[in-house]
Amino acid sequence: MSEKDIEQAEMLVEVKNLHKEFNGNVILGDINLSVKKGEVVVVIGPSGCGKSTFLRCLNGLEKIQGGTIAVDGLYVEPDKKDITKIRQKIGMVFQSYELFPHKTVLDNVILAPVMVQKRDKKDATKEALELLEKVGLADKKDYYPRQLSGGQKQRVAIVRALLMHPEVLLFDEVTAALDPEMVHEVLQTMLELAKSGSTMIIVTHEMAFAKAVADRVVFFDGGEIVEESSDVKNFFENPSTERAKRFLKTFAYE
Amino acid sequence: MDINVLITYIPLYNEALLLTFKIGMLGILTAFAIGLSGAAAVYFKVPVVKKILEIYIELFRNTPLLVQLFFIYFALPKLGIRIDAETCGVLGLGLIGGAYMIETLRSGFESIDKVQSESALSLGMTRRQMFGSIILPQAFSVSMPGIMANVIFLLKETSVFSTISLMDLMFTAKDLIGMYAKTIECLFLLVVYYLIMLLPISVLGSFIERRVRYAQFGD
Ligand SMILES: Nc1ncnc2c1ncn2[C@@H]1O[C@H](COP(=O)(O)OP(=O)(O)O)[C@@H](O)[C@H]1O
Ligand SMILES: [Mg+2]
Repeated sequence: MSEKDIEQAEMLVEVKNLHKEFNGNVILGDINLSVKKGEVVVVIGPSGCGKSTFLRCLNGLEKIQGGTIAVDGLYVEPDKKDITKIRQKIGMVFQSYELFPHKTVLDNVILAPVMVQKRDKKDATKEALELLEKVGLADKKDYYPRQLSGGQKQRVAIVRALLMHPEVLLFDEVTAALDPEMVHEVLQTMLELAKSGSTMIIVTHEMAFAKAVADRVVFFDGGEIVEESSDVKNFFENPSTERAKRFLKTFAYE
Repeated sequence: MDINVLITYIPLYNEALLLTFKIGMLGILTAFAIGLSGAAAVYFKVPVVKKILEIYIELFRNTPLLVQLFFIYFALPKLGIRIDAETCGVLGLGLIGGAYMIETLRSGFESIDKVQSESALSLGMTRRQMFGSIILPQAFSVSMPGIMANVIFLLKETSVFSTISLMDLMFTAKDLIGMYAKTIECLFLLVVYYLIMLLPISVLGSFIERRVRYAQFGD
């Protein structure tokens, strides 16, 4: 791997003064956030406040207009030559699954390890089958995505990200498009990942899940971090800012 | 209609069919190559190229092939560029077909959701890998009906080759009528031979279309 941009980075993910605009509209004001190895950070906030944009900046899918993002000591810049190396350290799971419809489940998950990381195909297949087994989908390996339910697709997408052995996983409202009875199976998979020590940044509207999985909660609103707490239980019961209170109230009926 | 006349003419028509088919296929291959590289250039937003391609597409889609062929065959030699009739046919067909193929493939590329490419990029793929393994195969099967329609359109357009003295089907028919005035027999054979060339391609086309769609998306 190439030399580090930041020597001896203490944090796996280090975002400093991130500033993001779309056509002159400020979407993210001045974001500072660091994530330790093994930490699970849950990002919550009203829709349109820039959560997805934030995640997309983290793996260089969006250009930023100010500040720096470093992952594992390397600066993330979309036009950088080794951006593909950096992206391999960052797994991303999308709300809409984004499996490749022309490839089977197995081909979906081993494609990048074989093509990008030049892993031996047999070896990648073996690991893929183990991971698929873990999420209960080994028997679906030869299916095409359109033959799977939403929950199954999303679990395949998670396996696909995992097979790259990323340092950090980003989840963008991965259960938002699912029927209620499928939400659980996906959240369960994520919970197990968290327990096994994966570093994760999770955007979600599932508050009970957030409470269960988070080491730290970050509340976004209007393109800035309004409140941040490592005392997760306390945050949900008794947030200190008025805006977080108001936001959490909208879930009160749950 | 005189069967004996038909039988005498058949070898001539066979030869014409081969020539028509050969030039047609080479032209279509050229068109496809132009279409693929043009559409890829548009997809990757290669600067300047997009503007040039727009002009090219408008120019070739809005002038008849006949006029284009005349230009290549009769006007270019005046500028010192001499091209033989067969190459001229391939080139003419390739250029007009390229304009149509770019449009067909471009809309195929556009129909693939942007998040698909982001999903590929987020797995560490280069843009080239993303294009070749994720976008192209999907866009190709979406474009298949359009591509097949273009192929048949182009094969039919070969009928204007006779105007640059290529001994294709049309030329042969006209020539024979001119010499022996067996009009009915000649025209009958002309229709039959065009059908012989085009019908299998139509059938093959719908077969490929179905296969690409279902094999690729697994249903
Ligand atoms: N590609 C884009 N071009 C212009 N504006 C965008 C684009 N993507 C997102 N936005 C805007 O950025 C804001 C934040 O969007 P997003 O990050 O998707 O919010 P969230 O995920 O929190 O709902 C929204 O106002 C949205 O309209
Ligand atoms: Mg979002």
